[in-house]
Amino acid sequence: MSVLEREASVGMTPEHIRSQRLPLVVNIGIGVLALVLSAVLVLSTGIGNWVLVVVLGVVLYLVGLLAAATRVEGRRSARNRLWRSLVYAACVLAVLPLASVVWTLVSKGAARFDGDFFLTSMNNIGARDENGGAYHAIVGTLEQVGIAALLAIPLGVLGAIYLVEYGRGKFALTVRFFVDVMTGIPSIVAGLFVLAFWVLIVSPWFNNGVPRFSGFAAALALTVLMLPTIVRSTEEMLRLVPGPLREGAYALGVPQWKTILRVVLPTALPGIITGIMLAIARAAGETAPVLLVAGGAPFINFDPFLGNQSSLALFVYQQAGDASKYAQPRAWTAALTLVALVLILTIAAKLLARRNRLSR
Amino acid sequence: MGDYPSRSVDTDAGGPGATDGRDWAAGSGVSPSSPGHPPLGGGGALPKKSRFSTESGFRALSTAAGAMVLVIIVAIAIFLVSKAMPALQENTENFLTYKRWFPNDANPNFGIAALAFGTVLSSVLALLMAVPVALGIALFLSHYAPKRLATPLGFTIDLLAAVPSVVFGLWGRDVLLSPVRDFSEWLNKYFGWIPLFGGNGPFGRSVLLGSLVLAIMVLPIITSLSREVFQQTPGMNEEAALALGATKWEMIRTAVLPYGRPGVIAAVMLGLGRALGETIALALTLSATFDISFNLIESGGNTIAANIANTFAEANDTGRGALIASGLVLFAITLVVNMAARVIIYRRREFRDNAA
Amino acid sequence: MKLQRVGYAAGIALTATLALTACGSDNEAAGGGENVSSENCVAGTIQAQGSSAQKNAMDEWIKAYQGQCSGAQINYNPTGSGAGIEAFINGTADFSGSDSALKEDEQPQADAKCAGGQALNLPMVTGPIAVVYNLEGVDGLQLSAPLLAKIFSDKIKTWNDPAIAAENQGAKLPSSAIQAVHRADESGTTDNFTKYLSKSDEADWTYGNAKAWKAPGGVGATKSDGVASQVKSTPGTISYVELSYAENSDLSMAKIKNGAGEYTELTGESAGKAVEGAKIVGTGDDLKLELDYTTTEAGAYPIVLVTYEIVCSKGSPKADAIKGFLTYTSSEAGQKELGDLGYAPLPESVRSKVEASVANIS
Repeated sequence: MSVLEREASVGMTPEHIRSQRLPLVVNIGIGVLALVLSAVLVLSTGIGNWVLVVVLGVVLYLVGLLAAATRVEGRRSARNRLWRSLVYAACVLAVLPLASVVWTLVSKGAARFDGDFFLTSMNNIGARDENGGAYHAIVGTLEQVGIAALLAIPLGVLGAIYLVEYGRGKFALTVRFFVDVMTGIPSIVAGLFVLAFWVLIVSPWFNNGVPRFSGFAAALALTVLMLPTIVRSTEEMLRLVPGPLREGAYALGVPQWKTILRVVLPTALPGIITGIMLAIARAAGETAPVLLVAGGAPFINFDPFLGNQSSLALFVYQQAGDASKYAQPRAWTAALTLVALVLILTIAAKLLARRNRLSR
Repeated sequence: MGDYPSRSVDTDAGGPGATDGRDWAAGSGVSPSSPGHPPLGGGGALPKKSRFSTESGFRALSTAAGAMVLVIIVAIAIFLVSKAMPALQENTENFLTYKRWFPNDANPNFGIAALAFGTVLSSVLALLMAVPVALGIALFLSHYAPKRLATPLGFTIDLLAAVPSVVFGLWGRDVLLSPVRDFSEWLNKYFGWIPLFGGNGPFGRSVLLGSLVLAIMVLPIITSLSREVFQQTPGMNEEAALALGATKWEMIRTAVLPYGRPGVIAAVMLGLGRALGETIALALTLSATFDISFNLIESGGNTIAANIANTFAEANDTGRGALIASGLVLFAITLVVNMAARVIIYRRREFRDNAA
Repeated sequence: MKLQRVGYAAGIALTATLALTACGSDNEAAGGGENVSSENCVAGTIQAQGSSAQKNAMDEWIKAYQGQCSGAQINYNPTGSGAGIEAFINGTADFSGSDSALKEDEQPQADAKCAGGQALNLPMVTGPIAVVYNLEGVDGLQLSAPLLAKIFSDKIKTWNDPAIAAENQGAKLPSSAIQAVHRADESGTTDNFTKYLSKSDEADWTYGNAKAWKAPGGVGATKSDGVASQVKSTPGTISYVELSYAENSDLSMAKIKNGAGEYTELTGESAGKAVEGAKIVGTGDDLKLELDYTTTEAGAYPIVLVTYEIVCSKGSPKADAIKGFLTYTSSEAGQKELGDLGYAPLPESVRSKVEASVANIS
């Protein structure tokens, strides 16, 4: 507060209250001047190209604006202006990469975005073949994410019910804390865990002592990643369910478990589904665990328990490093498909959340 | 883990089926009491009927599900250690201080010094680039933008978080590479006297590229959490500042930022956690060398996670064990960072709840 | 009600999934197998895995073979040579592809899988390794093994070093620094390239051969595509990469001096000649080769990688199916199929021996 105190004594005289504003013309003038100056500086000395011109121009503009505004409006107002400009600049800076990613995805991904791509696998596709598709990878993604969802949803929702309805005391706090911590576990660690636990220790029991990759192992890793997200979002939704609803049920003699299943859960359901969809979207985009425990395969494998499987994300990664000149377009189209899938899920989830009557 | 089916059956009972008439006799259940703790309705006065009722079963089930989280975290540690130990015992060098990675040799020698250094370097650099921008956006969304603009823009930033890391990696490798290379050459030409930008190339697939991609990826995390805490600034604090004649920026500096600081720190640490563990994007953009060097623009750089993805395919038994050992280190680091972040958030939450 | 809508959505998603499931194709009927003579056809499923260097060749062969032989199915999984041999010994692979012949300790373990016979090393795929560089205005750079060894061990640091200039009379060599790029991840390519360096110039190359790069200095790049793009984009770089990556990225390839003193361009033919000059050290049907990197064979390109198929001479339950498939791959038509994939066909002298060995499999 010291700043305010110090400057308030000066600023609060009547002539300062309605202070002069920097005219818009001057503002634009400074901008043009800065750009021209920067262009002259950069291009005459030859130290850079137009990118540097723009960057230097922006810097000069900010400095010029600060100077001019300080003269006309006073120091505090000038600073206000400067920071506002910086905040706006940050936004532009953040939107740029997203725009570039979207543009690249669409322009490079469109080349192979055809029926062939979605209906064929990479089986029997040699380096000379232009065709080949991601059907097997899509099947793998759907199965792995589906199984992971089947495992993670009941576990996650029940865990959230515990935290909200039953959990009291130190143990519940500990669980809650570690759910939060678990959201930060890197996906590669989840992959290594399933590699150590399932692929190297458990899977040999079913396979004559030889470790075996499988889609199910990938699903397990994805479960580890989805679980905390689902618990957290479900917990938040359950907490929003108004207490009187529960009290009403208890008053009618309904036992607590039935109250939870019949009253609390249905009320919070749209919000819970939103959380689940976001978790699924995140899981669908994971590459590292699938690489470590499902191995990837060029052919269609419908059996998630038996042998290698691919996934869309892994397909992108593998095609990206392939020697064939037809592999890059395949990688980009698969990336486009993956992003479309994930974004549709995310957007649907957010729209659902917006209609949710419980949301804040 | 044998009891999934019964769980899902129970959950289903509360779903769509709730409306059609499966008629549970009203008196057959138990009283709405949870042993020990009277629930919201205060119905604990009713007597408990039997020990093995549906109520206690459901309660046990959900408690088990909650405990599952702890079980998983402990299991991760146990299994990683059990698979890492044999490889570590065969290691002929110091795992923590050796720089190179030859676990598949006849006499395995490997260490994570260079990998850990690269992990920290790229993450810290990514945060240096991402945090100011993220805070700028968060402030824009919470205090500058009109609501019409804030909603779609916030939505867009959230979408950025949903884009899979492999896509960012591919984009970084195929699109961002050439501008970064040009920029690196420019930096090298004019600022080569600074060791960070020295060297004589080649440039491009460097720590700079990797951390730029990483910065874009952690941006949404930091933004959304900071935005949330900025929005929670009590209106009275803001109004009081404005009433004292503060400009908007002064209001933000004196009311919003101090209030949001713990939240921002936590957000940054969560971002750090994400950056430390990022795998595929870095496997695609870094050059995977095993040096400890602060040079940001020369091709090079490596991280624990990227190394796992890169070398896993050609690893033998010891090699896999070595990779698992490095994963264990990564797990420990991220666990500590995340726990620290959460402790900060939790403290703050208590503070807020008490103040309210 | 909302729940119903969710139900509908789930139903639609499920139906869509099922519909999608119903009509996917595994490219089973892919054609292109005109060259497979039908008498070789043996139905049956073969599980194979191993060397990723063979992947493209195997893909092509499997496609051609399956296209012609209904009922034959071969799955080749490029898990890496080590994993392939392990799988062969464990009995999970019917045959395995490997970048190197079985080692002494592996041979008896593999033999144990072949009741009444032994495990054979059959050379099948020749993959030349290109030395690629990026120097504007310099075509057909000529290099010898000592030069390569010194460049890659950071002893020669600039392009206009007198030693390079001596071998490239008249070329306009710049004074810029040499950027020697090497594979940062482990790979059979590195193993073979360093083997070439250590065998042909022991004095300058003291780092032996291994799948991991051990020499000091230089710049790392991940995977072959990383190496290729690094060289492609950076003037002054030099590296080694499989021929297919060099061709796909249009990189300049250096001519390498062989034992006869000629600077040889890398072509399918010149790579084949190097294999022709190799000594067969295996006995009987085992065709384990020992490449002579200082071969005096005229027109031979010395840096080649020979990958083997490891199979049972007797006692494999799938012997017939394996024999059928390998008969095709070792046939003239099969070898010709590899033409523009970055491989070199086996020279006739070796190919006919492989074919004979395959014929003895039972």
